[in-house]
Amino acid sequence: MALLEIRNLRAKIQGVEILKGIDLAIERGETHAIMGPNGSGKSTLAKVLAGDPSYEVVDGEVLYQGRNLLDLAPEDRAREGVFLGFQYPVEIPGVSNTYFLKAALNAIRKYRGEKELDAMEFLQLIKERAKSVKLDEALLRRPVNEGFSGGEKKRNEIFQLAVLEPYLAILDETDSGLDIDALHSVAEGVNSLRNEERGFLVITHYQRLLNYIIPDKVHVLLNGRIVKSGGKELAEELEESGYALFEDAAA
Amino acid sequence: MSATTKTLEELTNRKYEAGFITDIEQDTAPPGLDEDIIRFISAKKGDPEWLLEWRLKAYRNWLQMPEPKWANVYYPPIDFQAISYYSAPKRKEDMPQSLDEIDPKLKETYDRLGIPLHEQEMLAGVAVDAVFDSVSVATSYKAKLKEKGVIFCSMSEAVQEHPELVRKYLGSVVPFNDNYYAGLNSAVFTDGSFVFIPKGVRCPMELSTYFRINAANTGQFERTLIIAEEGAYVSYLEGCTAPVRDENQLHAAVVELVALDDAQIKYSTVQNWYPGDEEGRGGVYNFVTKRGLCAGNNAKISWTQVETGSAITWKYPSCVLRGDNSVGEFYSVAVTRNRQQADTGTKMIHMGKNTRSTIVSKGISSGHGQQSYRGLVRITPKAENARNYSQCDSMLMSNTCGAHTFPYIDVQNATAQLEHEATTSKIGEDQILYCNQRGIATEDAVSLIVNGFCKEVFRTLPMEFAVEAQKLMEITLEGSVG
Ligand SMILES: Nc1ncnc2c1ncn2[C@@H]1O[C@H](COP(=O)(O)OP(=O)(O)O)[C@@H](O)[C@H]1O
Ligand SMILES: [Mg+2]
Repeated sequence: MALLEIRNLRAKIQGVEILKGIDLAIERGETHAIMGPNGSGKSTLAKVLAGDPSYEVVDGEVLYQGRNLLDLAPEDRAREGVFLGFQYPVEIPGVSNTYFLKAALNAIRKYRGEKELDAMEFLQLIKERAKSVKLDEALLRRPVNEGFSGGEKKRNEIFQLAVLEPYLAILDETDSGLDIDALHSVAEGVNSLRNEERGFLVITHYQRLLNYIIPDKVHVLLNGRIVKSGGKELAEELEESGYALFEDAAA
Repeated sequence: MSATTKTLEELTNRKYEAGFITDIEQDTAPPGLDEDIIRFISAKKGDPEWLLEWRLKAYRNWLQMPEPKWANVYYPPIDFQAISYYSAPKRKEDMPQSLDEIDPKLKETYDRLGIPLHEQEMLAGVAVDAVFDSVSVATSYKAKLKEKGVIFCSMSEAVQEHPELVRKYLGSVVPFNDNYYAGLNSAVFTDGSFVFIPKGVRCPMELSTYFRINAANTGQFERTLIIAEEGAYVSYLEGCTAPVRDENQLHAAVVELVALDDAQIKYSTVQNWYPGDEEGRGGVYNFVTKRGLCAGNNAKISWTQVETGSAITWKYPSCVLRGDNSVGEFYSVAVTRNRQQADTGTKMIHMGKNTRSTIVSKGISSGHGQQSYRGLVRITPKAENARNYSQCDSMLMSNTCGAHTFPYIDVQNATAQLEHEATTSKIGEDQILYCNQRGIATEDAVSLIVNGFCKEVFRTLPMEFAVEAQKLMEITLEGSVG
């Protein structure tokens, strides 16, 4: 059974169809990359998978570990192990990163019938994970994403990923706006979290990230459809010739 | 409307938790107001002659005053003759009573409200003066405070035991002709709290009062007076609740604070009067005058309020910064939901040199709630180098609620420095989605986001009350995004 199986997924926002029939399957332990120009529907796909209520699914289905993902409330998808690293992480003024993440982790643990962590256990965990993804500890006490630099926000997403340990992680343009050093350490963080159980769907605009996070498969998304799938060499091809090559296929 | 907002709306309308009525015999004056009623109240309270005279003067002046109409709130005219101006639980002995002597039903009322009246529950260091309708039923910890020379008692008792202090300070900050409701209060006030902290004394515990309106058709007109002498410090908290009733209840209180040289008064309010039902039936009219006078140099007065209740709130805790280098602060969280209306804010009157004031106002509206921030910063000609920082943030939780800001600035000295910031935000669906995506349910997400929004204010509350305020917000806002 695939970790994630998307079949003929079509979705609208405000009456406009953005996803026009997506098919995609990710096995446990695999890392897939989705590439595509701006506006092609990459974030839409990510948010539909996360359960953003502003999108309307008009056709198709999504199976996650064999279950119908689209039937679950967004928080239950998260509790079942689906994580989305947002392209634009929101700020939550006045709520410390630590407090937020503790509420999140314990909600997930409670759902799974696991013991909630106490303050000490939790603090120990986040300190260790912050170190492993090279997140400045000072950011733990600051309000969620408030006043964070672009790079800090993205790193904070990876940090949350490290703490919440999902089975499927979708990373939406986690590389955009990062300088080369930050890109490096974000990629390192992601690589350290890859294992046989966990699947990744890495959404990116540039091939650059895929030099560091080597994907098993690459898909090209254009105008709401996957127009080509292949191995990691597809990313390099794209880098050389651009998306124009596929435009005919998308039309 | 998106799916999230829909579910959010479905979660709405939590019952008012403090809305029970205590069934005890009341000693109540007939409805109506005239000089005889004032004499009746005055006699009941055993007022000295000068106080009766003061009440009558206030009453005669009040008769000449027009009812204020400038606030951004709407309600049918109040029939002042339909209100009873005196109501007290009947009992055998005269005041004051010790804790053990309290009517068990009253005690039960307080227990249900979670008020720590019992001595053992007060190990946390909270001394409570509880005002039930018009009289103060119990004052705890009096003895311990007495050792330090601190006076903490009901206003009625203060009138009897410390008439010279009451006479000196009563009306010195809010005179009887100050405004319509303060005038009415001066004429008919029945009880309240009195605090006196002598020179150089730091009050060893938080002082606290709980007010509760119980009797039907009764107005509550309490009067609180707090005096901190040179170098003294006190932190004071008041909590308020009222039972659910279909008719409106009037609450017109006056609070006066006086801080002498180097003194500090911190006054915190958690107001949870009955707000009325979803259609706007019933609820308390909370028309209150609160003012602090920094009479001496380096004095400091801080107001913190968490206002979640009342059908209509009309309230501007203010600071008159007369002493040089004196400091005024106002931290406020106000919530209006269903049909609640609030017109609240502050006045900072800078008179002394190097006076500083800070205003932080957080307004949250949901349902059809309407809220106005109204704030005045006045720098008088002699106030050299005065500084003010104002921040007013509004959060909207529905498309039918409203937030309005009316800042008034009056600068008569060119050395003044004023800063004003204002924001209005709608509780973000993207914030809720972000929380959901991390496993946090919508209801918890809302309280998380709102508590974060209010943090700067909650932080100024004494520890145990900050927790209480946070809980109250959770209960109040449960499912009120829509
Ligand atoms: N609220 C909306 N209403 C209408 N169109 C939208 C809305 N949000 C996004 N879109 C459109 O959906 C398309 C896909 O957007 P998105 O998924 O963010 O693309 P990508 O992430 O690939 O850059 C874009 O054309 C965008 O303009
Ligand atoms: Mg995008």
